Amino acid sequence: MAKTLYEKLFDAHVVHEENGTALIYIDRHLVHEVTSPQAFEGLKLANRKLWRPASILAVPDHNVPTTDRSAGVAGISDPISRLQVQTLDENCATYGVTEFKMNDARQGIVHVIGPEQGATLPGMTVVCGDSHTSTHGAFGALAHGIGTSEVEHVMATQCLVQKRSKTLQVLVEGELGLGVTAKDVALAIIGKIGTAGGNGYAIEFAGSAIRGLSMEGRMTLCNMAIEAGARAGMIAVDDTTIDYVKDRPFSPKAELWSAAVAYWRTLHSDPEAQFDAIVSLNAADIQPQVTWGTSPEMVVGIDGRVPSLDMAKNEVQRADWERAYAYMGLEANTAINAIHIDKVFIGSCTNSRIEDLRAAAAVAKGKHIAPNIKLALVVPGSGLVKAQAESEGLDQIFIAAGFEWREPGCSMCLAMNADRLEAGERCASTSNRNFEGRQGQGGRTHLVSPQMAAAAALAGHFVDVRTFN
Amino acid sequence: MQAFKQINGLVVPLDRANVDTDAIIPKQFLKSIKRAGFGPNAFDEWRYLDHGEPGMDNSQRKINPDFVLNQSRYQGASVLLTRENFGCGSSREHAPWALEDYGFKVVIAPSYADIFYNNCFKNGMLPIILSPSIVDTLFAQVGASVGYQLNVNLEAQTVTTPGGEVYAFEVDAFRKHCLINGLDDIGLTMQQQDKIKLFEQKHQLAQPWLFK
Repeated sequence: MAKTLYEKLFDAHVVHEENGTALIYIDRHLVHEVTSPQAFEGLKLANRKLWRPASILAVPDHNVPTTDRSAGVAGISDPISRLQVQTLDENCATYGVTEFKMNDARQGIVHVIGPEQGATLPGMTVVCGDSHTSTHGAFGALAHGIGTSEVEHVMATQCLVQKRSKTLQVLVEGELGLGVTAKDVALAIIGKIGTAGGNGYAIEFAGSAIRGLSMEGRMTLCNMAIEAGARAGMIAVDDTTIDYVKDRPFSPKAELWSAAVAYWRTLHSDPEAQFDAIVSLNAADIQPQVTWGTSPEMVVGIDGRVPSLDMAKNEVQRADWERAYAYMGLEANTAINAIHIDKVFIGSCTNSRIEDLRAAAAVAKGKHIAPNIKLALVVPGSGLVKAQAESEGLDQIFIAAGFEWREPGCSMCLAMNADRLEAGERCASTSNRNFEGRQGQGGRTHLVSPQMAAAAALAGHFVDVRTFN
Repeated sequence: MQAFKQINGLVVPLDRANVDTDAIIPKQFLKSIKRAGFGPNAFDEWRYLDHGEPGMDNSQRKINPDFVLNQSRYQGASVLLTRENFGCGSSREHAPWALEDYGFKVVIAPSYADIFYNNCFKNGMLPIILSPSIVDTLFAQVGASVGYQLNVNLEAQTVTTPGGEVYAFEVDAFRKHCLINGLDDIGLTMQQQDKIKLFEQKHQLAQPWLFK
């Protein structure tokens, strides 16, 4: 029978299935410091051990400082953050888990380093106590976030209790315009289906515009599947996937490589496969996107305006929008390109890979941030991304343009470390969530692509990167 | 895990859609390495007028009198009534931990984000889905009647209003079984370890590169 990619991946991992509830086997478990301490503690209390320690790769990313790290973990100024990072180090040592510690050159955001190391491979089931685990679906993997109880469950049993998701195919056909990125595609999809549009579904992104994306772009897109409500997003394996995976430290080598590639080539939806739902977008219609409100679905094109209440679909949305206007300090019908900003953040598991930094640097090159910009941060996704960018001179372009060049981590995407917005500050951010307080209590977040963030930094307000020079 | 069968609970109405887990428990409290004690910081940014940080004495903080959880008529609530897509965003299980620690046993909404929904069951909390029109009705009734309580019966899968209206809800049979009996998921899965080992051997033969 014809199968979707999701069905192939799910079926290949079923240990046992009864009355619609399945036990599925997990190939790769990524771990960070925030959602794992209680899981390790649970194992300890129940006197359980790890089922397969080699399946786990751990890294501290949420709490780590992005400034000077020469004093090591002891130099983390917030004692509670320090304890959380130390706890991860101790747990990994106790349980024999591979960890890239804070000052390891390979350290970085968990969703950047997994693929970078080849620890994420096509056909895998990948989990992490982090909702943006959907990122790894870019490789034709079944990847999603789990809670801490499930982290403990996977540690102890190598399995997860799951129900099958419905399948949603998001088709994006045609060619993206110059200056329009995977981030804009992601936001345009969320704008169309809403943040609950994917609830209960696994999304497969398909169509010529998706096939035309690099792996970095595909990761950006799958990363934001969760912002559309879908735990998992995925893209079929093709040459782009296989070329990216080849010769990575954890990738298969020699004869295993050929066997793996032969299997990976089967990881696509069959032509006759049936999806539970299909949504289509025309790539040429997608503009650079800017969110105006406090949910990723509150988004318009750069040419657009903050929508007025009469455009709301019902009373609940109307109330939502009214609260968003007040929180964001914006009025209905304000032109997006008239919105001035205070800070800029280029980074996060959505947009901190080398291609993102190259794109932002290309915009910033030879220019300077506007006088009203208090802080413009560039936070690479990993130590290896940082090193690569430095070898290409991108750091110098950013520094000359007035940006700060930082150490890798989650940083101001969620402001668990010292990088944050103050109340009332407005930020152009390449991250994934514009929720109230996400980047700091009272902070106002506008989600954009790296190019759009860089252009906003130079102009001091949002501008259309397609015509900006 | 605590077993859940039936409760009569005071209801608090949180009339917002798309309440995200960052709002339920802000990030600064995620630095804790413990599982308990998040209740005083549930909805921290809405509940208090100052900025909350871990370690603060919450009893000394200025509360926001406009926030519904702070109103005297809703003190002691154990049923949270809210709108669509509750618990969206981050997968942090600290969100159900915070709600449970606050005293909630049941959430009622037209829909939930998937990860949050799943996390609730792991913590002895029941997320109930009722249709938007029934949720509308309940919002109207709660607002109109101080001390409004709902009876939630998991075994019968019903929500009963003080006026005697009975609303049925769906729940997955396995999750219901675990919740009613307070069963530990890991213990149940460990009973299948022979099957897991057998699967692992087959999987390793088929895809040996996964085990390098």
